[in-house]
Amino acid sequence: MNTKRLVLLAMLAAIPVAASADETGTLKKIKESGSITLGIRESSIPLSYLDANQKPVGYHIDICNRIVDAIKVKLALPNLKVNTQPVTSQNRIPLVTNGTVDLECGSTTNNATRQNQVAFAPTTYVTTVRMAVKKASGITSLSQLDGKPVATTSGTTSVQLMRAHEKSKGVNFKEVTGKDHADSFLMLASDRAVAFVMDDNLLAGLIATAQSPSDYAVVGEALSVEPIAIMFRKDDPQFKGLVHATVRDLIKTGEVAKLYTKWFTQPIPPKNANLNLPMSDALKSALQSPNDAPAEQYNKK
Amino acid sequence: MNYHWNWGVYLEQVSSGDERYLDWIVSALGWTVAVSMTAWVIALLLGGVVGTLRTAPNRWLVIAGNAWVEFFRNVPLLVQLFIWFFVVPEFLPAELSRWVKQDMPAKEFFTATICLGLFTSARVAEQVRSGIQSLPRGQKMAGLAMGFTLAQTYRYVILPMAFRIVIPPLTSEFMNIIKNSAVAFAIGLMELTFISRQMIEESGQVFESLLAATILYTVCAFAANRVMAFIEARARVPGYIAGAK
Repeated sequence: MNTKRLVLLAMLAAIPVAASADETGTLKKIKESGSITLGIRESSIPLSYLDANQKPVGYHIDICNRIVDAIKVKLALPNLKVNTQPVTSQNRIPLVTNGTVDLECGSTTNNATRQNQVAFAPTTYVTTVRMAVKKASGITSLSQLDGKPVATTSGTTSVQLMRAHEKSKGVNFKEVTGKDHADSFLMLASDRAVAFVMDDNLLAGLIATAQSPSDYAVVGEALSVEPIAIMFRKDDPQFKGLVHATVRDLIKTGEVAKLYTKWFTQPIPPKNANLNLPMSDALKSALQSPNDAPAEQYNKK
Repeated sequence: MNYHWNWGVYLEQVSSGDERYLDWIVSALGWTVAVSMTAWVIALLLGGVVGTLRTAPNRWLVIAGNAWVEFFRNVPLLVQLFIWFFVVPEFLPAELSRWVKQDMPAKEFFTATICLGLFTSARVAEQVRSGIQSLPRGQKMAGLAMGFTLAQTYRYVILPMAFRIVIPPLTSEFMNIIKNSAVAFAIGLMELTFISRQMIEESGQVFESLLAATILYTVCAFAANRVMAFIEARARVPGYIAGAK
């Protein structure tokens, strides 16, 4: 009887040891190096961007910091070193797959082609692709843009969405493309384009920081609805389990909703502008049953 | 590395249309070649004129030539492109300005070509000037002593020599203009860099997309190099610098 107990005790005692000795993939890498690298964006307001002191801040940065806290507990590494690595839409996927970045805390759309290369956390933001216009233009719908110059940013999904829309509706935009969102917004501001088609949160961010925010409005029907999520390496069940469990927990406890309020409906740095973007129905339902479904499932009609 | 290679991606259909990625790449190559070649013609013509003016026996012509070269050489290429694209149209009369900004056909192509042509003309001008100045003074004097006017001396004696001498640096300039044409993506010209970025976004195949652009830039630059080497061999003056073996 005593022996049985002893064996049981020994087994219980062995569990944490065994668990910590068995780290694989990213968790093993983090444990061995004593550091984790977060991929950050420089101007994806308000998800991930640099504040006035060039420090990365934002909604997804806050969520990532909670995940890092969970990793510290899991690996018993209270002094885990957190590095940040700025990424762009062009290099974010290779930097995640080649191990430079462990957790990408940016504004990446979760779609089926990307799931061939990387994995995503449960969706924490849902963006709708709409257009920013000058209020004075009187434009309220995509159908009014036939034959007019419409701006978007090269290397984004908006370019393909506009083309698909033109084909299905038989309208013809004159596409003009900026190299980044600031350039594309300049096209709208300088009348090179009458509308700028992009994710609504980015448009709201650009308008909030424009010289005269009241001149612009985000209008029109949604060209697409896209889940945005934190990204990490594929085929790493242990790390995926931890990230998913942590994010689900943050959603369940209402922490995500609180962070949403902080970044989307209250003044944010660097200019103390307020985006005034209340939570969409699509995001509400994504938070009700957390999942990492790709964009294709959101746009199925 | 945990990367999912897909070499068949070039033949796949793009998600936003009927064409294949290969069709995109071919059309992008066309724009890159068109911008580079047109800009090169502008650069050679203007560079030849400005470089010659900088050796003219007239202070004002020299100052004007110097100003041209220093302006286009000292301002970064991308800044120049943005000046042409965003700033210059604001100084046109309102109606014309609106037309240039919204209705002008192929405005990205013209802006990029003019910008790249003028930028490179400053570099060509500098090389033409150094070519002229590398000639012994006796050649100009001999021309004038033969009864040629100054213009004739330039036309028949100095410039034919100077241009032959500067073919090697011009070769580098020709290769540079092809690579520099990549800045045109910043104003939305659908050339190789633009299309490789768009292909990354739509296909998710980063390395395949970048590799296609890299190989095509290399092939173009190398072709330019061979053409110039051919001209260099055909045009050399036996026994003189460019032809020295």
